[in-house]
Amino acid sequence: MDVIHSATPLYAVAVSLAASVLIALSGRMPNLREFWTIGASCIKFALVLSLLPDILNGRTIECPLFTVMPGLDLSFRVDALGMGFAITASLLWIVTSFYSIGYVRTLRERSQTRYFTCFSIALSAALGVAFSANMFTTFVFYEIITLCTFPLVAHKESAEAMRGARRYVVYLLGTSIVFQLSAILLTYDAAGTLDFKNGGIFPETVASAQLIIIFVLFVAGIAKAAIMPIHSWLPAAMVAPTPVSALLHAVAVVKAGVFVIVKIVLQIFGVDTLAGIGAGMPLAYVASFTILVASVIALRKDNLKARLAYSTVSQLSYVILGVALLTPSAILGSFLQIVLHAFGKITLFFAAGAIYVASRKTEVSQLDGLGRLMPFTMTAFAVGAFSMIGIPPLGGFLSKWYIAKGSLEASELPILLVIAFSTILNACYFMPIVYRAFFKKAQTESAAAHAAAGHGTMAWAGMREAPALMVVPLVLTAIATVAFFFVPSIMLDLARVVSADALGGR
Amino acid sequence: MIAEHFPILVILTPLLSAILIPLVGMIRRQLCWHVAFVASHIGFLISGWLLLRVRDTGRISYWLGGWEPPWGIEYVLDDLNALVLLVISFIAFMSVLYARKSIEAEIEPVRIPAFYSIFMLFVTGLMGIVITGDVFNLYVFLEISSLAGYALIAANRKKEALLASYNYLILGTIAATFILIGIGYLYMVTGSLNMADLRERLPSLYHSKVVLTAFAFFTVGLSLKLALFPLHVWLPNAYTYAPSVVSAVMAATATKVGAYVLLRIMFTVFSVEFDLHVVSITSILLFLSLTAIVAGSVLAIAQTNIKRMLAYSSVGQIGYIVLGATIVNETAMTGSILHILNHALMKGTLFFVAGCVIYKTGIKDISGLKGMARRMPFSMAAFTIAGLSMVGVPLTVGFVSKWHIALGAIQADMWYLVPVILLSSLLTAVYFGRVIETIYFSKEPGAKKSGSGLNEPRGRAGVQEAPFGMLLPTLILAALCIVFGAAASTSVSYAGAAARLLLGGM
Repeated sequence: MDVIHSATPLYAVAVSLAASVLIALSGRMPNLREFWTIGASCIKFALVLSLLPDILNGRTIECPLFTVMPGLDLSFRVDALGMGFAITASLLWIVTSFYSIGYVRTLRERSQTRYFTCFSIALSAALGVAFSANMFTTFVFYEIITLCTFPLVAHKESAEAMRGARRYVVYLLGTSIVFQLSAILLTYDAAGTLDFKNGGIFPETVASAQLIIIFVLFVAGIAKAAIMPIHSWLPAAMVAPTPVSALLHAVAVVKAGVFVIVKIVLQIFGVDTLAGIGAGMPLAYVASFTILVASVIALRKDNLKARLAYSTVSQLSYVILGVALLTPSAILGSFLQIVLHAFGKITLFFAAGAIYVASRKTEVSQLDGLGRLMPFTMTAFAVGAFSMIGIPPLGGFLSKWYIAKGSLEASELPILLVIAFSTILNACYFMPIVYRAFFKKAQTESAAAHAAAGHGTMAWAGMREAPALMVVPLVLTAIATVAFFFVPSIMLDLARVVSADALGGR
Repeated sequence: MIAEHFPILVILTPLLSAILIPLVGMIRRQLCWHVAFVASHIGFLISGWLLLRVRDTGRISYWLGGWEPPWGIEYVLDDLNALVLLVISFIAFMSVLYARKSIEAEIEPVRIPAFYSIFMLFVTGLMGIVITGDVFNLYVFLEISSLAGYALIAANRKKEALLASYNYLILGTIAATFILIGIGYLYMVTGSLNMADLRERLPSLYHSKVVLTAFAFFTVGLSLKLALFPLHVWLPNAYTYAPSVVSAVMAATATKVGAYVLLRIMFTVFSVEFDLHVVSITSILLFLSLTAIVAGSVLAIAQTNIKRMLAYSSVGQIGYIVLGATIVNETAMTGSILHILNHALMKGTLFFVAGCVIYKTGIKDISGLKGMARRMPFSMAAFTIAGLSMVGVPLTVGFVSKWHIALGAIQADMWYLVPVILLSSLLTAVYFGRVIETIYFSKEPGAKKSGSGLNEPRGRAGVQEAPFGMLLPTLILAALCIVFGAAASTSVSYAGAAARLLLGGM
C-alpha cells in the first residue's frame, strides 16, 4: 500500500484549534467571533476533502508529529475509515456553525464565547481521533473531547445541567481511565506497540484469555459508544443546548466512540484474531441487546430530545453490531452507518432545536399540528425519521441493508431478526411524531407561549418557522440524507476501501 | 578550574547566602530578597551544569578537603541525585521568586531577613542531603533542613502554625533519631560511613541482627520523614498552616528528598537482593504505599480547605513514588523517579496558586473559589493544568509517571496494582474535578446575572490577578507540567538511567 507523507492532516486538526484561540480573543465582537467559526469550519472541510482522492486511490497519508516518550508517539495516519468520519464531522460542522449562531442568538444564550471556543476545540479533537495513527493518540484526543465538551453540556449552569454534566464526565472520564487505559497498558505490554495496523498488532504468542480480557476492557472503556449498560450519560447530556446535542451527541462524541471501537476491532485485534478468540458474536449480541432495549425505552419517552437520545443509543449499536459480525458486507454497512446516521440524526436534532426556538415546545405530545406551522422543519424531521427507520429512498436504508446482508454472510439469523424487529420499533417511536405534526389538529395555545415564541422567528404565510439560519441547515442535511441514497458512490467507494483494508490480510 | 569545585559550591552558595542575608538585612531589608534570589539562581545554574556533566562523563566524586574516601567526606553526583538536585534547586529558585510578595503579606516585616536566611538554610540542607555520599553527613544536612523547616512553618502569624510546627518538630526529631541510630549501627559493624564503601562491606553482614535493626530504623525514620501513610500525621497541619511559599517548597521538595534518601539507602547502600530476599521490605512498603495512595485520595476528597486538600493529595502521591520503587523493575522505578520530578512540578504549581488566592482574596476554602476563573484567570488556568496533570490526563506530566508505574506493574506480573493505580486516578479526578467545577461554573455570590448574551461582560475590570512576581513562577511551573508531559523523552531517559543505577544488580 502506498504511503504519502503530508502535513495536511495536522493542518486539518489544527485549524479549529487556532480558531478557538481567535474566538476566545474576539468575545467582544460577536460577528468577528462567528466569522472565525465559519471560516475555520470551511477551511477544515476543504483540507479534509483535499485528502480524499488519495484515500480513494488506496493510499494512506502519514503525518508523524512527535514522540511523547519512547514507544508513545503522537502521530496521524489517514486511512479510508478515518476519512469517512473526518468528512462527516467536518462537513456537518459547517452546517452546525450556522445553525448554532441562529440558535444561541435567538435564545440569547449566555457565555457564547465559551460555547464557540469549546465547540471548536471539540472538532479539532474529533478529527484528531479520526486521524490518529496509534491508540495513544486516539486516547489523547478521546480525553480532550470529553474535557472540552464538559463546558458545553454544563452550558446552562443550572442545577440540572450541572448534574447532567457531572454524570457525563464521570462516565466518560471514569471508564476511559479505569478500563481503556488498562486495556492500552496491557496491549502495549503484550504487543510492544500501539500503532494501528490492519489485521491487528498482537503476536500469535499472546494467550487468548489475555486477548479476551483486553477486548472486554476496551469495549467497557469506550463509554462514548454508549453500549448498554454504560449509556446513561448520553440522555443525561441532553441538557446541553440543542446544537451541541446535534453535532456532538449525534456526530462527534458518540461517533468518536463507535469509531474507536471499529478501529480496535479492525486494527488492534484484526478480524482473524477476533474470530479466533470468538469475541465477535458476544459483542454482536450485546449490541443487539442495546439496539432493542434502547428502542423500547425511546418509545416511552415523551421528551423529544430524550427520545432522540435513546434512538441514538440504539442506532450506535448498529455500528458495533456490523463490525462485530466480522464479514465484508457487515463492516461496509457499519462504516456507512457511521456516516449516514450522522446526517439523519443531526437533521432530527436540528428540527428539535428549531421547534424549541420557534415555539418553546420540548415534548412529543405538544407537537400536534406543528407541520402546518413549521412545514420545512417538520418535513425535514420526517425525512430524518424515515432514514432512521431505514425506508428507501433514504440513506439509512443502505447501512441497514448491508448490515443485514452481513448477518446472512455470517449465517446469524437471530441478528437478522434483531434488525427487523428494531426497524419496527424505530417506526413505532418515530411515526407518531410525524403523524401528530401533520395529521393532528393543533391544540389551542396559551397566550404566554405565543409571546415567548415571538422573538426572532420567521412569520410568513401562516407559518411560524425558526430563523433561516436554523432552517436552511436542517433542510440541507435532510436533502443530503436523500442524496446519499441516489448517489451513494462517494461513501460506498470509501466503504469498499475500508472493507478491503480490513479483510486484506486474508 | 572552578568547575571542579561545583559540587561543593552548589552547597556553599545557599549556605553563605544564609549568613549574608541577616547582615544585608541590617543595612536594607529589601535587599535580602535579592541576595536569596541570586544565590538560588546560581544554585540552579550549577545544578543544571552538574546534571549535564554527569550525563556526559558519568559519576562525579568530590573529596572534601582532598581527604580520600572512605575516610574523608565524599560528595557524589550520579544519574540519580544530579536529577533530584536539579529539581530541588529549580523549585527553590522559583519559590524565592514567588516569596517576595507572598512573604510581605504573611510575615511581619522585621522577620523578613530571618525568614530568607532560614529559607536558604533549608534549601542548603535539602541539597546537601542529596549530594552527599556520606551517611553521617546526610544526617547533618537532614537536621539542618528539618530545624529550618520547623522554623519556616512557625513563621506564619497564626497560632495554629506554632502547633503544627511543634507537632512536626516532635515527629521529625523522632525520625531523625531513628535515622541516626541506623547510621550508628551500620558504623558499629562496618566501621564506615561512606555509602559506596558500605555497599561493599555490607553483603557479608546481611544476616547480622545489627544490620537488620539498622535497616528497620532507617525505614521507619525515613517513612516518617517522607510522610508515608500511616506516618503522615504531621504533614496536613504543617502544609495547611505554613506560609504559602513554605507549603509549596516543602510539598515540592522536602518529601521528595525523603523519598530520594529511601531509594538511596534501600538500593545503593543496601542492595536489591537484600530488599527482596533478606527482609522483603518491598512487600511491606508495597502494601503501605497502596494504602497511602487510596487513603490519601479519599481523605483529600473529604477536605474543605484547599491547602489541606493538597496536603492529603501529597500523602497519596508519595504513595506512588514508593509504589514505583517497590515493584522493583526498571520501568516502574523510572516512573517512580519521574514522579519525584513531576510531582514537584504539579504540587508546586497547586500550592503556588493556593498562595495567590490567599494573597489576593484571603480565601482558604474550596467553596470560596466560586467564579474565581473570572477574577484570576491565569492562576486558575495554572491550577486546572496542574489538576488535570494530577489526575493523569495524557500530555501532562502526571500521565508519564503513572504510565511507567502501571506498565512496570504489568511487566512484573503484578496486575492487581493496575486497578488501584487507575482507581486512585479517579479519586483524584473527583477532588480536583470538584474544585475545577467550582472555579469555572459556580456563580460568584452576589454576581449579577449576565444580561444579553451577545455582549458578554468580559470586562477586564473584574480581573484581580496576583502580582506578576507570584504569577510568573506559577505559570512557569504549570507550563513545565505540559512540556515535560508532552515531550517526555528527555526526562524519561534521565530517569531511566537513574533507575538502572538503582537496580544495578539486576
